[in-house]
Amino acid sequence: MDLQPGTFAFEAWTARYALWRGLWATITTSSFSIVFATLAGLIFGVALTYGWWPLRLLVRLYVDFMRGMPVLVLILFTYYGLALFQVNVAPYWAGVFALAGFATAHVAENLRGAVQSVPAGQMEAAKAIGLSFPKRLWYVIVPQAIRRMLPPWVNTCLEIVKGTTLLSVIGVVELLLATQQVIARNYMVIDFYLLACGIYLVVNFCIAQIGAALERRFSYIRY
Amino acid sequence: MGEEVLLRARGVRKSFGNVEVLKGIDLDVRQGQVVSLIGASGSGKTTFLRCVNLLEEHDGGEILLDGDPIGYRMEGGKRRRLSEAKVSAQRARIGMVFQQFNLFPHLTAEGNIMLGLTKVLGKGAAEARDIAGHWLERVGLAERRGYYPYQLSGGQQQRVAIARAVAMQPRLLLFDEVTSALDPELVAEVLGVMQKLAESGMTMLLVSHEMLFVRDVSDRVVFLDGGQVAQAGPPKEVFGNPESERLRSFLGRMHGIFGQIA
Repeated sequence: MDLQPGTFAFEAWTARYALWRGLWATITTSSFSIVFATLAGLIFGVALTYGWWPLRLLVRLYVDFMRGMPVLVLILFTYYGLALFQVNVAPYWAGVFALAGFATAHVAENLRGAVQSVPAGQMEAAKAIGLSFPKRLWYVIVPQAIRRMLPPWVNTCLEIVKGTTLLSVIGVVELLLATQQVIARNYMVIDFYLLACGIYLVVNFCIAQIGAALERRFSYIRY
Repeated sequence: MGEEVLLRARGVRKSFGNVEVLKGIDLDVRQGQVVSLIGASGSGKTTFLRCVNLLEEHDGGEILLDGDPIGYRMEGGKRRRLSEAKVSAQRARIGMVFQQFNLFPHLTAEGNIMLGLTKVLGKGAAEARDIAGHWLERVGLAERRGYYPYQLSGGQQQRVAIARAVAMQPRLLLFDEVTSALDPELVAEVLGVMQKLAESGMTMLLVSHEMLFVRDVSDRVVFLDGGQVAQAGPPKEVFGNPESERLRSFLGRMHGIFGQIA
């Protein structure tokens, strides 16, 4: 192969570590955000559905606030805004918290919708055999709600991956910023943006495939 | 009829908003008896049944199971709701079968029966599986133990639902119009299972529109009208000698469907 400086292959090979580190930052910030958002979202979702009303109101305010706020504003706030209050968070973690906080609202709202769409008779049947409230939730409602939550949850995951590009604004060298830094050295604008596009597509395609596999896994839950 | 009273209801009242659905129901179910509630829709049959299992909360009067008040205790003349844990424990002593089956769709026939055995009664998985197998056999579905509800017909689902309720060894079984959602040709298999249960001495309180079945299987029939007990007694007496015009006209409509009942 003709590996001359100035060819795409040469420049890509030269930049491989920089790009890999960027991709790795994208993958890890996404993963942390997805895990935090899913765990917190499940708890918030239960609070939103079954909570004592003051708690429900509080979570409702949180969800509506987060859903109404541009993610970029949240990211800037967690990074620069918190610094004003002498809370210094590394850009990486500021970004993860902002994305997770945002996606938590979506997961919580999805869970509420999913739980409320489980037929009322399921809860009654679970009561009738004497299951306590946490067990009714865990063994009867949640497995059925998860099945309904999967498609929107996969969407949320994809949004998070795409949202990590915004972390470049606060200096997290994720895939987009890494690509821009590479372009700044070799000026191959179209080539490397196309490469970044391709990588994002592959990552999100993988997530969508995992989602589809999970949906098949739970497809026996029918009425 | 010397058996002790298992379920005793006294002056049970229940309102939904301004509508008083139960206007003071008195009812006794003795150990081993089958008692059927009949009446027009809106007469309060199902609401009463749901109050017994605390799926609805009665606003007045009391319901006693084995002498224990269900759902509430009296404290200094005031009704206090029991803790959620106590309510769950009381529900575990009363089985219920629903019109819409309400099997858990994410569990197999066997899994549906095992859930309460393992998570409420604390039995081990192996023992629970044995019990589930035993009851599935009793309802004629031994070979369907690994099937999910959507793979079963309505009648089969309802038989699994009955097995799920009986396997908990409840003191009392409630049946809420359990054949109303079934295709006509599937009704008989479910009624057959219920008849066998009745013969085995299970105490049952049922709401049903299957008048011939009610006549044949019940020890007592209770006719509810407008949230009150209008007539109660052995089936022969209620069907053969209806005291009120309302009961006569109700039975008249039923004759049209089932032929001569009495």
